[in-house]
Amino acid sequence: MTTPALTAPAFHRPADLADALAHLAEHPGAVPIAGGTDLMVAVNYRRARPEAMLDLTGLAELRAWSDEGDAIRIGSGVPYARIVAELATVLPGLAAASRTVGSPQIRNRGTLGGNLATASPAGDGHPPLLACGARITIASTAGTRTVAADAFFTGPKRSVLEPGELITAVTVPKAAGPQQFLKVGTRNAMVIAVCSFALSLDLDARRLGTGIGSAGPVPLRAREAERIDLPWADPRRFDDALAAEFGRRVAAAASPMDDVRGTADYRRHALAVCAARALRRVWAAAHTEGSGR
Amino acid sequence: MPEPTTPTPPRRAAGGVGTHPAAPAGPRPHAAGVGTSPARPEAEAKVNGAFDYASDLHFDGMLWGHTLRSPHPSAGIRAVDTAPALALPGVHAVLTAADVPGKLHYGLIDADQPVLAAGEVRYQGEPVAIIAADTLDTARLAAEAIRVDYEVREPQCDPQAAVDAGNHFRYQPVRLGEPVTAEAAVIIAREYTVGMQDQAPLGPESGAAVPTGDGGVRLHVATQWLHSDLEQLAPCLDLEPDRIHMVMAGIGGAFGAREDLSVQAHMAMLALATGRPVKMMYDRAESFLGHVHRHPARMRYEHGADEHGRLVYVKAHIVLDGGAYASTTDAVVGNAASLAVGPYEVEHVAIDAWGARTNNPPCGAMRGFGGVQTCFAYESQMDALAEALGLDPLEIRRRNAVAQGSRLINGQIIDAPSPAAPAVVGSDAVPQAGTAPSPAPPGAAGADARPFSPLADMIDRIREIPVPAIPAARDILDLPGGTGNTTHGEGVRRGVGYGVGLKNVCYSEGFDDYSTARIRLELEDGEPVATIHTAAAEVGQGHWNLQTQIVRTELGVDRVRLAPNDTKVGSAGSSSASRQSYMTGGAVKAAAEAARALWTDRDLADGPIEATRVFRHRATKPMDAITGQGDSHVQLALCVHRATVDVDVELGLVKVVDLTCVQDVGKAMNPNALEGQIHGGTAQGLGLAVMEELVTVRGEVKNASFTDYLIPTILDMPPMRLHIVENADPEAPYGLRGAGEPPTLSSTPAIVAAIRDATGLALTRVPVRPEHLTTGRPS
Ligand SMILES: Cc1cc2nc3c(=O)[nH]c(=O)nc-3n(C[C@H](O)[C@H](O)[C@H](O)COP(=O)(O)OP(=O)(O)OC[C@H]3O[C@@H](n4cnc5c(N)ncnc54)[C@H](O)[C@@H]3O)c2cc1C
Repeated sequence: MTTPALTAPAFHRPADLADALAHLAEHPGAVPIAGGTDLMVAVNYRRARPEAMLDLTGLAELRAWSDEGDAIRIGSGVPYARIVAELATVLPGLAAASRTVGSPQIRNRGTLGGNLATASPAGDGHPPLLACGARITIASTAGTRTVAADAFFTGPKRSVLEPGELITAVTVPKAAGPQQFLKVGTRNAMVIAVCSFALSLDLDARRLGTGIGSAGPVPLRAREAERIDLPWADPRRFDDALAAEFGRRVAAAASPMDDVRGTADYRRHALAVCAARALRRVWAAAHTEGSGR
Repeated sequence: MPEPTTPTPPRRAAGGVGTHPAAPAGPRPHAAGVGTSPARPEAEAKVNGAFDYASDLHFDGMLWGHTLRSPHPSAGIRAVDTAPALALPGVHAVLTAADVPGKLHYGLIDADQPVLAAGEVRYQGEPVAIIAADTLDTARLAAEAIRVDYEVREPQCDPQAAVDAGNHFRYQPVRLGEPVTAEAAVIIAREYTVGMQDQAPLGPESGAAVPTGDGGVRLHVATQWLHSDLEQLAPCLDLEPDRIHMVMAGIGGAFGAREDLSVQAHMAMLALATGRPVKMMYDRAESFLGHVHRHPARMRYEHGADEHGRLVYVKAHIVLDGGAYASTTDAVVGNAASLAVGPYEVEHVAIDAWGARTNNPPCGAMRGFGGVQTCFAYESQMDALAEALGLDPLEIRRRNAVAQGSRLINGQIIDAPSPAAPAVVGSDAVPQAGTAPSPAPPGAAGADARPFSPLADMIDRIREIPVPAIPAARDILDLPGGTGNTTHGEGVRRGVGYGVGLKNVCYSEGFDDYSTARIRLELEDGEPVATIHTAAAEVGQGHWNLQTQIVRTELGVDRVRLAPNDTKVGSAGSSSASRQSYMTGGAVKAAAEAARALWTDRDLADGPIEATRVFRHRATKPMDAITGQGDSHVQLALCVHRATVDVDVELGLVKVVDLTCVQDVGKAMNPNALEGQIHGGTAQGLGLAVMEELVTVRGEVKNASFTDYLIPTILDMPPMRLHIVENADPEAPYGLRGAGEPPTLSSTPAIVAAIRDATGLALTRVPVRPEHLTTGRPS
């Protein structure tokens, strides 16, 4: 933190992105605020004392999503409630993850942009973005760049986001098959993930995508697990042993630690269970009548 | 204030007072009286957000107070430099132990807790300095600017080691019969652990102190016991008690957390030092450090039973961790010891209970108060005995159930309720007012030659209520893991378990427990209006409403007002120990009866009537220091729970799908509020069973937030089926029995028993964590 602000922070609510970016360039101390569900908690505890705030909720382009053909471009300011309500068919994995975030109030305010910028290892939006191969669009007065979701995070609460930059959108390929998101928590709702797992099955490319949450310093892909041989030719040959092997590979890709939410051992175990279940579910969904594509 | 319409009160027939309302001849049913569920006077304001909680207090020109707390569980303080804080603009006062005007320590039972740490700190979060500033933020920055030179020490965090070293607040043994030589056919010996639960009231500690201009101070504070606060404060502030006026501020939950002082002395010192009103309000993290918790416990139990499952002996070694300061540990140990066996008959007993002194966070009052920890242990033992003997868990409890005339382990004989007329209302729901009593229950008389056993009766009742059927296809929200989508039925197993709890009501062990009520009756627009004045804390339990119900019943008046709770009336005692309906209810009833008697001889047109009454329950005796014997309890309350759980045995996630409860309440004073108390108490027990634990590592709290201190949500708490039994206690007002705590005892062991049933694991620790069911099973 810089000099503590003892007066109310200066507040700017731009109406378009160019204004927002220019303001940010001029006022490096201005902290962007979208839903405020991470930032205001920090302010409340005085872990953050922003001298100025840049309110992003007036930027229409951040609060809309668009169909780009084979992908959906989601404005960084679209709240979870809308992802659940409007995108569950095309992006079932992300919608399932969004459904697990906080409470209805939090889902009405909280955004993917805020989730990414906070870069908590427990952010529930992250694993499905990794599993689906999403790309993150970042803008500043210097221009625009896109970063793959699995290259966005650099450490706990750290990302490639530079001062002066805003996340404008997240582009997620439309589901090409069943997707799953499982989140383990010690409470049945409104709980921070002890660990989580996202899986997407691409029936066209015959490919698996994975994302592990809350079991490492950053969200992780389980690349060895993604490479597992699936019985595409004879789907009935899929068995519990294969699912279990997939689970083992996912658990091996994690690097969890012991903390107040759970032990590293438990996280690895739970990931193996969740991954095996996820694979069984997507495989069954893809190969039973009336589902899949 | 709700003013339900009721028939016009009868007019006095003669006496020349015309049409002025006259005193009723005695208590009589009233549409919003005892036994009904009128809307609470404060309900609308609470629902629409208009209710003023302590955190909403505001006074013109007020400053904000803040507390600097020790980051270390144990350290010497070499020096405190407040100059950098005082130098900040907007800072009006920075006070340390050197500025305490009077006595340096306070406490509920022993005055051992420093107002501000002097020379050393004994737990993480101990207050070291206090600041008054223009804004809360400035006060916090000032706290960060204070330089404290700590000499960090190794904290003593192992309660057993502390006991071994003689560091305990109380040791209470109980001895009965010949426990050393007693022999049993079946012996179960296990060790149980209970984690540190927090009351987690949603309203943080908050209040405001306003200098009165004559050297005194008025405190607006959310507390459970205004007069005890006053008694502790006055010597610390070096003020005569009459210079301190304590006024209740809106309470956002308590559960024991508001029994000890928090902001009181600090804001009063700051107000007196600055001559300005000072408000204090903890944030969530500070709240977790700024109040006492439920004592964590380690308990070694040995139960011996004969081949029929009848208890022969119980031995227990119980260590409760009291943390750094005494708080109410003394009384908690007394409860743990005297209730250590539960509501069961046993001839030979050897209980040793300690309250250890450590550098862990101080522990004190929380709903269940010493009864919760041992209940988990003895109920687990009863289940283990049943399993060893191939007995049904309800049957073993029934065989050992205390009855009329039974002796508890403190030697006390159970003398209530009367077996003659067990009145029962309700079936699968909370009773409606006016429900006819059911016929005498099985076990009331006849078939059993034994005297009436309310517990055996309750056990028979819960057996009659069917375990819920499993719905076939269900939403993930109904499954373990809930919104997390972790199971669609994979790995899910069902289990059923039972728990029985015995809790003392009111203060025990010879404490002079009383409450005071004042009632004023006057005419307004020709109508009688009653105003009730007590100091009793409305902590959410519905006590204000209950007072108005009693007055309507006793005086037949429709219009009843509540004067603000403050110290201008006598003490009401604490809103704790399930005692307020009994005690302040008793005082209000007595004052109303006195007012009625006065009214009979007078015309209200001649002026108001006022009556003040003090109510005491029957005297109790201390526990003998060596044998634990003594009639230490006033009233005993029973609750029986059945839990049905679904467990994802692969992930160790639990969903409690049903909780059925049979509770004896003596009299359902307000069925709606009663239902709320049973739901709430049960939920708190559920929290302890599967999630609630304040985790400390080497004396440091690791989860002082609602992110990581989890309390049950609506998805974790199933709908309940309640069966209310009303076995009147002839000694208590209206025959009532304190109801707020018992469900907190029995729901925890019931849920854990159900998880054992589903998993086959022994489970000797609560809360049960997912790893205990999977990777980290205790061997
Ligand atoms: C009660 C509660 C429950 C919660 N439960 C969950 C949960 O279950 N799972 C979960 O993952 N999270 C949870 N959260 C955390 C939070 O809701 C999410 O991380 C949410 O996605 C944050 O989004 P926001 O729009 O509110 O972010 P904000 O609080 O507005 O911002 C967060 C951070 O991101 C920055 N920022 C915001 N938008 C942008 C942008 N477009 N470009 C650059 N920087 C930006 C801000 O400057 C700030 O640093 C919970 C929070 C609360 C209070």
